[in-house]
Amino acid sequence: MTEKPLETAQSDASVDLGGSDLKGRVPRVEFLDRSAYRQRRFRDAASLLPVIAAVLMILPLAWPRDTQTQGLTSDGMIYLFVLWIMLVLAAFGLSRVLRFPDTKSAGGRGKDGTNE
Amino acid sequence: MISFNLLILVSLGYVAFLFLVAFAAERRAASGRSAWLRSSSIYTLSLSIYCTAWTFYGAVGYAARSGLEFLTIYLGPTIVMIGWWWFLRKLVRIGRSQRLTSIADLISSRFGKSTVLGVMVTVLAIVGTTPYIALQLQSVTQSIAVFAAQSGEVWQAGDLAGAAMWVAIGLAVFTVLFGTRNLDASERHHGIVLAIAVEAVVKLLALVAVGVFVVWGVAGGVGPTLDLIDASVQAQWAPVPSRWVGLIFVSGAAFLCLPRMFQVMVVENADERHLATAGWAFPAYLLLMSLFVVPIAVVGLDLMPEGANPDLFVVTVPLAQGREGLAILAFLGGFSSATSMVIVATLALATMVSNHIVVPGWLNARTPGAVVSGDVRDVVVFSRRLSIGVVLGLGYIYFRLSGGGAALASIGLVSFTGVIQVLPAMVGGVVWRGANRWGAGAGLSVGFVVWAWTQFLPSFGVDGALSQAVFDHGPFGAGWLRPQALFGIEGMDPFVHAVFWSMILNAGAFMIVSIVTFPNPLERLQGAQFVKIFDYSSGARLWTQSAAQAEDMLVMAQRIIGGAKAQSLFQAEAQSQGKEGFLPDVTPDFIDRLERELSGSVGAATAHAMIGQLTEGTMVSVDDLIAVADETAQIMEYSNRLEAKSAEQERTARALREANEKLTALSIQKDAFLSQISHELRTPMTSIRSFSDILRDKDVGGDDRERFAGIIHDESNRLTRLLDDLLDLGVLESGQVQLNLGHGTLAEVIDRAVMAAGADDAGLTISRRPANEGVALHTDLERLTQVFINLISNAAKYATTETPELRIIVRQTGGRCVVDFCDNGPGVPKESQSMIFEKFSRLEDAGKAGGAGLGLAICRQIMAALGGDVTYLPAQGGAAFRVTLPQSVELAAQ
Repeated sequence: MTEKPLETAQSDASVDLGGSDLKGRVPRVEFLDRSAYRQRRFRDAASLLPVIAAVLMILPLAWPRDTQTQGLTSDGMIYLFVLWIMLVLAAFGLSRVLRFPDTKSAGGRGKDGTNE
Repeated sequence: MISFNLLILVSLGYVAFLFLVAFAAERRAASGRSAWLRSSSIYTLSLSIYCTAWTFYGAVGYAARSGLEFLTIYLGPTIVMIGWWWFLRKLVRIGRSQRLTSIADLISSRFGKSTVLGVMVTVLAIVGTTPYIALQLQSVTQSIAVFAAQSGEVWQAGDLAGAAMWVAIGLAVFTVLFGTRNLDASERHHGIVLAIAVEAVVKLLALVAVGVFVVWGVAGGVGPTLDLIDASVQAQWAPVPSRWVGLIFVSGAAFLCLPRMFQVMVVENADERHLATAGWAFPAYLLLMSLFVVPIAVVGLDLMPEGANPDLFVVTVPLAQGREGLAILAFLGGFSSATSMVIVATLALATMVSNHIVVPGWLNARTPGAVVSGDVRDVVVFSRRLSIGVVLGLGYIYFRLSGGGAALASIGLVSFTGVIQVLPAMVGGVVWRGANRWGAGAGLSVGFVVWAWTQFLPSFGVDGALSQAVFDHGPFGAGWLRPQALFGIEGMDPFVHAVFWSMILNAGAFMIVSIVTFPNPLERLQGAQFVKIFDYSSGARLWTQSAAQAEDMLVMAQRIIGGAKAQSLFQAEAQSQGKEGFLPDVTPDFIDRLERELSGSVGAATAHAMIGQLTEGTMVSVDDLIAVADETAQIMEYSNRLEAKSAEQERTARALREANEKLTALSIQKDAFLSQISHELRTPMTSIRSFSDILRDKDVGGDDRERFAGIIHDESNRLTRLLDDLLDLGVLESGQVQLNLGHGTLAEVIDRAVMAAGADDAGLTISRRPANEGVALHTDLERLTQVFINLISNAAKYATTETPELRIIVRQTGGRCVVDFCDNGPGVPKESQSMIFEKFSRLEDAGKAGGAGLGLAICRQIMAALGGDVTYLPAQGGAAFRVTLPQSVELAAQ
C-alpha cells in the first residue's frame, strides 16, 4: 500500500482537555506520489457527488411549465430515473477506487481483542 | 376467488419461515460461521427497512395524489448514501469506536454522557415513531381486510383491531426472541438482520413483480404506459418548489435520524467498508422500489372504480385482474415492509428506553454502591423486553385511537419531521467541537415544541387536538402563534412551514446556547473524540488509578455482560498485562475499555454512572483537574525559581573564581613588584655604599674624590626620584590623590610641558597646530602637564632617528578632545604595546632609558584620576600616545 496516514496519525489519546492538536501528527506532506494524489482526488469526487446530485435533483423546478405539453410527468420520470442511474453508476465507480485510509485501525472492535 | 384462509395460512407459513431464518442465522453466528452474515450485501439489504409499508402501499397512493412528489422521499436518502464518504463514514466510525447503542446514546455520549439528553431524544423518538408503528399495523390490517372483502367477508372495525393486535403480539414475540438474546445492544443481531434482509428481497420482488405485471401485463409495454401517464390526472408535473426541496431535505435528514435507521446503519454495522457498497447499492435498491410506483398508480387510477383507496392499489390491482398469486406476493411484500420496520424500530426504541430511562431510574432508586449487589443483567434484559412490549403497545393504542383514517403519507411526514429534530444536535455534535449539552438540550426542546405545535397537533385535524379558533387566531388570541402561520407569515405550505420553523429555531437555539454556555470537561473530551474521530483511535481516558478492585469489577461486569464474556475480557486484559488468571491490574486503560464494553450493553451514560459508583471518587472531576493544574503550575514555578537560583549561584561561583584569579594574579604581581623594587633600590644603594666605603676607607685624591661624591649624589638623586615616583604612584593608585583644579587652556599646558621636558636639548623637533589648541580646561593643570612632560621626554628618549620629530595633534574624536603625541622613532613593537603602561616596564635596558619605568604607569594613573585616559595609538609611523582629556574639559570648552 502506498497510502500513509497522511492526513492524520493514529495515536493513543491521553487526557487532552482542551482537545487541542497536541497529538503527535505526521507532518503534512506537500507532494504526494501519484497514487496517493489520485486517492485524494477520488475523495474530492466522493465529497462532490452528493452536491451535484442535489443540484441536479432540484433542476427540474426550473423547467418551463407554461402549456399543457410542458413539464410532463413522464418526462420528469425519465429525467429523474436517468439521473438516478447515473448517480448509482458514479457511486459504484467511486466505491471501486476509493480506499479507506485507515482500514487497519478501523478494525475497531477487533482491535482490543475483546470482540468475537 | 382466493380463500381468505389460504392467505392466513400463507402468512403464517411466511412468519414461520422468518422465524426459521432468524434461528438459523443465530445458530450459524453462534457456531462462528457468520462471515456471510456480515457481508456488505446483507448490510445493504438491512438498510431497506427505510422502505416501510408507507413505501410499499403509501408511495403508490402518494403518486396517485401528488404525482412525482413521492420520489423526494427516496431522493433524499440517495443523496445521503452517495455522500457516505462525507458524513456516514464518520458516523459509523464514531458508532463503532464509542460502542453506541442508539441515536439517543450518540447524543448522550457526545454531550458528556448526559442522562437528560438521552431521555429527551428517547422521548422524541417515541413520540415520532409511535404513529409510524401504528401506520404499519394499519397497513397490514387494511391489506388483510382487502382479502377478507374478496372472500365475501366485510370486516368491521373490531376485526381490524383484533388483527392488528395479533400482528403486534407476533412482532413483539419475534423482537423479544431475537432482539434481546444478547444483552450487548451494540452487537449485531444476526437473526433479525438476516430476517429483514430476506424481507427486503421479498418486498422488492413483490413490488417489481406487480410493476412488471402492470406495465407489460396491463398497460401493454413501456410506450403505452408513458402514454397512459400523459393521459392521467397526473399528466403534468408541477412540483411546488418549497415542498420539493423541503421533502428532499427532510427525507435525507430522517434517513440519518430515524432510530431504526441508526440501528441498522451504525449499530449493526460490521465493517466500515460496507458503506462503500451500500453507497451505490442502496440507491439502486431505492430506484427499483420507486421505478414502478407511478405506473401502478396510473394504471390503478385508470382501472379501479372511482373512490378506491390508492394506498392499496398494489394489492387491489392484481386482485382486480384475477392474479391471486401475485396479489398474495404483494401482500407478503407489504407485510414484510411493515414487520421489518416495526421489529427494528421497536428494538431501537426499546434499547433507548431501557438504557436511558429504565436502567438509570433503577440505578437512581438504589443507594449508591449497592449496584453491584443487584443482578443488573436481568434488570436490563427485563427492561428491554418490557420496553418492546410497551412500544408496540403504544403503537397499537395509537392505531386504535386514530381509527386508521388518515392517509398513510401524511402520518409518515409528521413522523419524519419529528425525528429530524435530532439532526442539529447530531450533525453539530459530530462536526462542531463547540457544541455542548446546553445547546443540544435547548435545540431539542425548541425543535420538539415547534414541531408539536406546527405539525404534530394540527395533524389530528381541525378540532382534533387544536380547535378551529386556535388555527384561525392563535392560542388565547395571540395571532403570531397560529400553528400554521408562525410570526404572522402566512401562505406557506403547512409542511414546509413546520419544517422551516422547527429547523431554524432548533438549530438557532442549539448554536446560540452552545456559544454562550460552557461545556464540562467530559463534554469537551467527548467532543474532541467525536469531531476528530479519525485522529483518535482509543477512547477518552478519564479514570485515574482506581481504588476499585479488579474483583469487584469482574463481579459487576459478569452481572451486566454475562459471565463468559466478562471472564474472557478480564482474562485477555490480564494476559496483555503479562499476568495469569482473571484479575488484571486496574489501570485507567482497562477501566476505560470496560466502560466501553458495558456501554455497549446499557448505554454510555449508565455505564459511566455504574463505573463511577464502583470506582467511587476516582473519576477525574473538574475540581481535581483544576487542582492538578494548580499543582503543576506550582511545581513549574518552583522549578523556575530553582533554575534561577542555580543560575545565580553559578554566576556567584564564576565571580568568586574570577576574584580568586585576580587575587592570585595580584599576589604574583605584588611579588614581582617587590622583587623589582628591591632591585631598583639596591642598584643605586650599592653604588652609594661602594663609593662611600671608598671615601671612608681610603685616601682618595681630589679629582676622584669629587667624582665619587658626584656619583653618590647622582645615585641618591635617582633614588630620591624613584622613591618620589613610587610615592606618587602609591597615592594615585590608592585613589587618595588631591586634585588641584584650575582654569587654563590646552595651549598653555602644552607650552609648559614642552619647555619643562627640555625637548630642544635632545634635538627633538616639535610640530604643533596652535589653532586647535585653544581648548579651555578645568582640571588639575599641574598633573596634566606632568603627563605631557612624560610623553614628550619619552619621545625625546626613544625617537632615535637622525632628525627626531614629535607631532602634537589636538582633535575632537567621538565627542571628546584627544591629544596625540606621535614621534617618528621606531615605535613600540606590537607584543609590547600591552605592557608599556605597566610598572617597571622598559623596552630596553634600564641604563639607556635612565628611568625606573614608572613614567607611563604614573601617566595612566593621573589620567584615570582626572577622568581621562592615555592609550597607545598603533600604526602612526612611530610611537604614538593618545591622551583623552576628561569629559569636564569639553564641557568647559564649549
